[in-house]
Amino acid sequence: MSTTTETRRITTAKAMAEGIGLEMQRDPNVFVMGEDVGAYGGIFGSTTDLFGEFGADRVIDTPISETGFIGAGIGAAVEGLRPVVELMFVDFYGVCMDQISNHMAKIHYESGGNVKVPMVLMTATGGGYSDAAQHSQCLWGTFAHLPGMKVVVPSNPYDAKGLMISAIQDDNPVMYMFHKGGQGLVWMEKNPRSIGEVPEESYTVPIGKAAIAKEGSDVTIVTLSLSVQHSLDVAEELEAEGISVEVVDLRSLVPLDKETVLESVGKTGRVLVVDEDYKSFGLTGEIAAIIAETDPGLLKKPFSRLAVPDVPIPYARPMEYGILPTRDKIKAAVKDLMA
Amino acid sequence: MGELDRLAMYTQMVRIRQYESRIMQEYHADKSPAWDIGAGLIPGEMHLAAGQEPAAVGVCAHLKKGDAITAPHRPHHFALAHGVDMNKMTAEIYGRTGGLCKGKGGHMHLFDPENHFSCSGIIAQGLPVACGQALAFQRKGTDNVAIAVTGEGAANQGAFHESLNLAAVWDLPVIFVIEDNDWAISVPKDASTAGASNADRAAGYGMPGVRVEDNDVEAMYEAAGAAIDRARAGDGPSLIEIHTLRLFGHFEGDAQAYRPELATVNERDPIPKYAATLQELGELTDDQIASIQADADAEVDAAIEFAKASPEPAPEDALLHVFA
Repeated sequence: MSTTTETRRITTAKAMAEGIGLEMQRDPNVFVMGEDVGAYGGIFGSTTDLFGEFGADRVIDTPISETGFIGAGIGAAVEGLRPVVELMFVDFYGVCMDQISNHMAKIHYESGGNVKVPMVLMTATGGGYSDAAQHSQCLWGTFAHLPGMKVVVPSNPYDAKGLMISAIQDDNPVMYMFHKGGQGLVWMEKNPRSIGEVPEESYTVPIGKAAIAKEGSDVTIVTLSLSVQHSLDVAEELEAEGISVEVVDLRSLVPLDKETVLESVGKTGRVLVVDEDYKSFGLTGEIAAIIAETDPGLLKKPFSRLAVPDVPIPYARPMEYGILPTRDKIKAAVKDLMA
Repeated sequence: MGELDRLAMYTQMVRIRQYESRIMQEYHADKSPAWDIGAGLIPGEMHLAAGQEPAAVGVCAHLKKGDAITAPHRPHHFALAHGVDMNKMTAEIYGRTGGLCKGKGGHMHLFDPENHFSCSGIIAQGLPVACGQALAFQRKGTDNVAIAVTGEGAANQGAFHESLNLAAVWDLPVIFVIEDNDWAISVPKDASTAGASNADRAAGYGMPGVRVEDNDVEAMYEAAGAAIDRARAGDGPSLIEIHTLRLFGHFEGDAQAYRPELATVNERDPIPKYAATLQELGELTDDQIASIQADADAEVDAAIEFAKASPEPAPEDALLHVFA
């Protein structure tokens, strides 16, 4: 029998659920609702084991009725509860965007700050497993574009738990956008970084503060979500080839931690933004604008970006991997910057 | 159900009518000679509820502290009947810092958390929010109810049907109130809606559905009382459709050329009709009619003065309140 305490390693999905569970223990106003969040535990594991611990009264399976139950989350939040609502795939935004954009995100502003909407809307994003055009999008740029909601995009188990706890405690509506491929699911190919060390106790990760996932001196990769995992893999490979890559994990898009981005870009003078969302009118252009508005002289090489090239996500594997920001494309883009 | 107070209901209807009539005057007062929707002391769209007073008054006579209302784009009658402060509401309509929302909302986005009153300018989309308020009341163990108001045109929205289903499947204390004023802007109900009565749709969700005819405030009072009692008792949602009357246009500036029955709207005005009923019952004198009107005039004039005296927001105030 061993007497040493091994560091506990869990999946991102389990870490999310643990964050929710700790908040449910702490605050009776917190409850969960969504499609298949109950006995199933969330299709992507975000509510694993919560049903067993808290029961059907606090982990509520809803009808397939996103306008109805997201609106109900808003109404409950307005009345002082703290709902954690799941939109199963972010791609389903089309059937409930009025509640999200016109209600969840605007009520505080429209009311002149008199009505708060302390609600978390968590949703699965991303492709890479041939789920095609209506089940593989990221769309975080769309939500970040619309004022009034915070947008959180965790890349690893530790942050997933701490950001979830911060999101539930936040008095604002928070879109919590997790990547299916980063959940550590047993039924989907996963990066080893989808399982990581996570303390058992409660802790927060501040919303609006980027992380330097890896320090480096030659090139900055600004990225988020599953692309952080890919970028770290690439950075480690390139280290052996003598290229020092700094990886900035944004962790949230709203608020966006411009200072950390600019500081890193100022240090390396070379930047690649990697985004699994659509290329045009999105995050990559936004980062370019921030650099240009601040000081174009920060860059020693022209700005570089890698994102989905403005096509819907295709089904067949060769085509899907042809347009996703894969490791080989990230690596090639970094090498181009160093050429 | 409480005791029917006819005089109080009449007084409330007169108060609302005076408000809508004066806002109409104020709205148009400085929009000539060239009528510009964005000009004047009250800019933007203006949807007035004159003629629809029975819907609000019949329902709100039963409400108590803590009960919620989500109103649509035409909200003034429900706001006033539910106790929203007339001064602050008017200042909001004038876009002033003393308004309910400090000038950020305007007449379609009135928020009064003290009275759990809110609006949505997107038709039927206030209904899911009302379901959530009802869910909160249910979870907190109170007997408060949520009133979800919408027009008959909104009853063809998905949000309407999703809300009815959700409320029914979770036994939520919601009362869906449909104001059927015959016109979805310019489209008549028979051209937009399958079935003559939206009350019949309630059966599809296993909840009671009642149709109130003739814009009758007392029939509305009875129907609402039964529905609210049922919700307070934990027996779930109900739906009431009242056949009401849009005395004015869809919005101010609407010439209503599409409306063949326009010539007879004043004959169908519910307020003189109710006054006549109360006079026949011996419950309303000519003197009372005059004094109720005078009180309403004075209250509304004071609210408009309050609004005009309230400062305008500074341009940079636009940057406040995005986040808490």
